[in-house]
Amino acid sequence: MVTQAGVGPGARLEVRDGEGGRVLAFAGTLDSLASGMLWREAREAARGQARVVLDLGALAGCDTTGAALLAELSAQPGAEIRDAGTQVQTLLDRVRGIGPAPAPPVPPPITWREALRGGMVAALGGVAFLGETMVALVRLPARARQFRRADLWRTADQAGVRAIPLTLLLGSLMGLILAFQSLIPMRRFGADIFVANLVAISLIRELGPLLAAVILAGRTGSAFAAEIGTMKVNQEIDALTTMGIDPVTMLVLPRMLAAILVMPALTVILEMAGLLGMMLVMVGAGWPPVTIANQVAQWVKPADFFGGLAKAVVYGAVVAGIGCRAGLATGIGPRAVGLAATAAVVGGIVATIVLDGVFAVIFYQLGL
Amino acid sequence: MASPGADAAIRIEGVAQQFGGRVIFRDVSATIARGEVFVILGGSGCGKSTLLRQIIGLLPPSTGRIEVLGRDMYADRGDVLTRIGVMFQAGALFGSMTLQENVMLPLQVYTDLPDEACARVAQVKLALVGLDDFGRSMPAEISGGMAKRAAIARALALDPPLLFLDEPSAGLDPITSAGIDRLILDLRRDLGTTFVVVTHELASILAIADRCLMLDRAAKGVIAEGDPRRLREESTHPTVRAFFHREAEAP
Repeated sequence: MVTQAGVGPGARLEVRDGEGGRVLAFAGTLDSLASGMLWREAREAARGQARVVLDLGALAGCDTTGAALLAELSAQPGAEIRDAGTQVQTLLDRVRGIGPAPAPPVPPPITWREALRGGMVAALGGVAFLGETMVALVRLPARARQFRRADLWRTADQAGVRAIPLTLLLGSLMGLILAFQSLIPMRRFGADIFVANLVAISLIRELGPLLAAVILAGRTGSAFAAEIGTMKVNQEIDALTTMGIDPVTMLVLPRMLAAILVMPALTVILEMAGLLGMMLVMVGAGWPPVTIANQVAQWVKPADFFGGLAKAVVYGAVVAGIGCRAGLATGIGPRAVGLAATAAVVGGIVATIVLDGVFAVIFYQLGL
Repeated sequence: MASPGADAAIRIEGVAQQFGGRVIFRDVSATIARGEVFVILGGSGCGKSTLLRQIIGLLPPSTGRIEVLGRDMYADRGDVLTRIGVMFQAGALFGSMTLQENVMLPLQVYTDLPDEACARVAQVKLALVGLDDFGRSMPAEISGGMAKRAAIARALALDPPLLFLDEPSAGLDPITSAGIDRLILDLRRDLGTTFVVVTHELASILAIADRCLMLDRAAKGVIAEGDPRRLREESTHPTVRAFFHREAEAP
C-alpha cells in the first residue's frame, strides 16, 4: 500500500509499508535539484523505522548529491539497499566513507579581561609604531633614496587638492547652520551682532581643525589603510622588507608628511568657507558685511588662528599615522582590508577628539 | 573516447575576438561532445582564456555564435549558467566564507536542500577533492593548490553536466597536479561530466584530453585540432611540434 509519494524535477519517491518495515522506492534520476525536493520527505519517512528498504531498481542514475541522500538514509540502523545500478552503487561507495560535515565555528565570548588585554596590545602597538616612525624620521637623511618624493606630491594632491570641494561645501554649511541656529535666540536679547564673534571664534579655534581632521580621516585615512592593507595582503610589504627597504620610510613618511602639509591649508579653506556661510546669514538678517568683518577682526586674536593651525598639523600627523598603522596591521583575507579601513576612520576621529580635549587644557593653562 | 556529433555539449561557430583594432583570434570553430575532456591549449597570449571567457558567458564574441548544452549562450545565458561549473585560474573563492560555505552557496541558492543537507553535500564535494578536513578553513589559510581544489569542489556543487577549468594544474606540484587529472577522469567516468580545460601543462594534456584545440598568437586562430597524442606524433606544423616536443622557437 502506498502511503506517501514525492516528486522532484527528475525523480520520484514512493513510500510504502511492507517487507517487515518501510520501503522507499526511488525512480528517475536523483540529481541535485531532485534531491533537494525529496531530502526532507525521505528522511521523515525513514525516521524511527526499525527496518528501511531503499528500493533503487527504478533509479536510472544519481549525482553526488543524490548519492549523499542515499548514503544518509542507508546509514540508519536496519536500512538495506536493493537493486542499485552500477553507476549509483559506485557513487554510493565513494560517498559512504566520508565523515560528517564539521559544525559551524562558534566564536568564543569575549570577556572583559580579554577586551582589556586587546586594548592594551593595540595601545602598545600604537606606541611601537610611533617609535618606529620617529626612528625612520631620524634616519631619513641616510635613507633618502627610500623616500619617494613622487608619493609625497601624489598623496598631497589626493588628500589636499582633491578634498577642496568637499571642504568648501562642509565649511560653508557649518558656518551657515551655526549662524542661523544662534541668531534666533541671540536676537531675543538684542545680541545678534555677537553671532559673528561666536561663529568666528568657534570655527577658527575648534571646529575648523576638527572638521578638517574628520574629512581627512574619512577620505584619506581610510584610503591609506586600504592601500597599505592591500599591499600587505599581496605580500608587497614582505617584498619591500626582503629588498632591505624600510616600509615605514617608503610608505608611511610620505603620507604623514603630505597630511601635515595639507591639513593647515584645508583648515584655512574650511574656516573661510564657514565665515562666508555665516556672513550670508548675517547679511540676510540685515547686518552690513563691513560691520561683520570688523566684528570678526576685532575679536579673533592671532593666537586663535595659529593655535588652530597648530592643532591641524598635529591632527594631520595623527590621522595619517593611524591610517598607515591600520594598513600595516592588516590581517589576512579581503575582509581584513575592510576592517583596517574602518579602524583607520574610527581611530582617526576618536584620536582627534581626544587630542582636542588635550589641546583645550593646554591652551587654558597657557592662557591662550 | 567520445566523438563530436549531433549530441554536442558545446558548438563554437566562426567566433572571433578583437579589442579595439587588435585581433586576438578569428574564425574559431569547434564542437565538443558530451562526456568529452576537451583541452584548449596554446602559448601565452594566444587567446585561450579569452575563448574560455566567451564560452562561459563573460565576454560576447565580436562575431560568431556559441551554443552551450543546446542553448545560445548569449540569448539564454541565465538558463545555461545554472548548468555549468567554472573553476577560475586563481580559485576565486569568496574570502569571507569558509571552504564549506563556499561550496554550500550554490546549493543554498538553487536547491531546496535544508542547511544541514547542504553542509553534508558540501562535505562530500570537499572529500572528492581531498579537502574534507578543511571545511572550516578560510581561503586565506590554505595553500594555492588547496584553493584550486576547493574551487573545483565549488564548481561541482550542483554536479553540472559541463565543467570549465582554467589552468587547473598551473603552479601545482606534480603529485597534486596528477591528483586533479585523476579527479577529472573519475568524474567523467562516474557522472559523465563534460570537461573543457584550458592548460599548457603537457603531461596533464596527454593524461586527460580526448581532443584538443591549439590556438596560436601569430596565426590569430586555430592551428591544430584533434587527439593530442596523434598531434604529437604526426603534426608537421612547427609550432605544434615545438609545443609537444618542448622545442624552443625563435622569438
